[in-house]
Amino acid sequence: MNADFTSASEPIARLIEEFNRLPGIGPKSAQRLTYHLLQAPQETAEALADAIRDIKENVSLCSICFNITDSNPCAICRDKERDHSKICVVEEAIDILPLERTKKYHGLYHVLHGVISPSDGVSPEDLKTGELLSRLNTDSVTEVILATNPNLEGEATAMYLQRLITPLGVKITRLARGLPYGGDLEYADDVTLSRALEGRQEM
Amino acid sequence: MTTPRVYQTEAIIIKRTNLGEADRILTFYTPALGKIKAVAKGNRRPKSKLGGHVELLTHSQLMLARGRNLDIITQAQTINNFLPLKENLETISCGMYISELVDAFIDENLEDHRLFNLLLETLQRLSEGKDADVTLRYFEIRLLDYLGYRPQIRQCTSCNSQLQPVTNFFSSRYGGVLCANCAYQEPVVRALSLNALKVLRLWQNCDSATAYKVKINAQLASELEKVMRDYIRYLLERQLKSTAWLIKLKSGKSPG
Repeated sequence: MNADFTSASEPIARLIEEFNRLPGIGPKSAQRLTYHLLQAPQETAEALADAIRDIKENVSLCSICFNITDSNPCAICRDKERDHSKICVVEEAIDILPLERTKKYHGLYHVLHGVISPSDGVSPEDLKTGELLSRLNTDSVTEVILATNPNLEGEATAMYLQRLITPLGVKITRLARGLPYGGDLEYADDVTLSRALEGRQEM
Repeated sequence: MTTPRVYQTEAIIIKRTNLGEADRILTFYTPALGKIKAVAKGNRRPKSKLGGHVELLTHSQLMLARGRNLDIITQAQTINNFLPLKENLETISCGMYISELVDAFIDENLEDHRLFNLLLETLQRLSEGKDADVTLRYFEIRLLDYLGYRPQIRQCTSCNSQLQPVTNFFSSRYGGVLCANCAYQEPVVRALSLNALKVLRLWQNCDSATAYKVKINAQLASELEKVMRDYIRYLLERQLKSTAWLIKLKSGKSPG
């Protein structure tokens, strides 16, 4: 993997190597990016450098929902307009973005930062499950929406959380599982289709 | 090129890892080609046509195209999704354990029809919600058998004498049972009750239908589980990661 960039001058070789470390960027893309920046105006390069420094210096995890944020608590947790009685549990912070894009959900979130995966050695202690429970114990939450991915690990995590939360008497819901919009029945698998049938709605 | 450019196979998906933007690398076990890895392109997108047909612990018919490095899955159709298995945390965990076990023990492209059938049978058993301890232990015994790690449980592995109907000792290093006279030479042994020995002997020599009829109580189940766990850890030179999770789930502690 370690391509030799030493034929370029030292600062150039250094940047190529740094780019090369990033996921999905091979030696050729790294060279192209580097030479692009060399040609680009001073401001473009500095803006990039600043942005990178900024995410490392000013971004942290929200102490309530563990979303990635530049302020603590995060903007969502601070928002008085939002419905503080609902918590939507997601695997990763990035999962919040599509949910927010729907503009249909106005409650709070809780980011687990992973999913139970025994064969990768990830168990519930490695996730923010305890933190979720203490939120449910103290705050006046009436509904928890489990929005882990609809695959084996996500389902296992949802079932595990259900076990933990049920004794607290909070309503637990799971995102519906069915056919994707713009999809095709022909390619739907049996699990998806049977769930879609179970959850069919009168129109 | 002599091999066909596309081929079809049945498969049981045992592992999935993400690749790039929306792809996955799947590891699956097939009857005629053994363990294979292949790429499922775009499988993480909601509208992937492979979709749930290549979910973990699913028995599917796959169509693959030869790739330069890894082959590419072009079509998939579920044969059995073992849905009941996936609706219960305990059976999901057992299923994950079995897939980790197969992935750890089996090298790529070593085919074994018996193992494929055993896998199917085991997943079916777990789906039916039958005694998971019996199902898992029988799976382990058969798997080790197929791989050539069949433990010797007729004679003492050291002095070769017939084992007496008393408590004997299991040694992972010897790959079998030591009699009371020989056990002292070996620092790491586990006591093996007569009942446990009988069950192991039966399982080693019977088909699954007979094996599944065996009823074992909690104490015996735990004894057999520990013996097999030790032996498997010795053979793999590491503890399987899902073992810790199974133990925890069983102990019923609800952490928080």
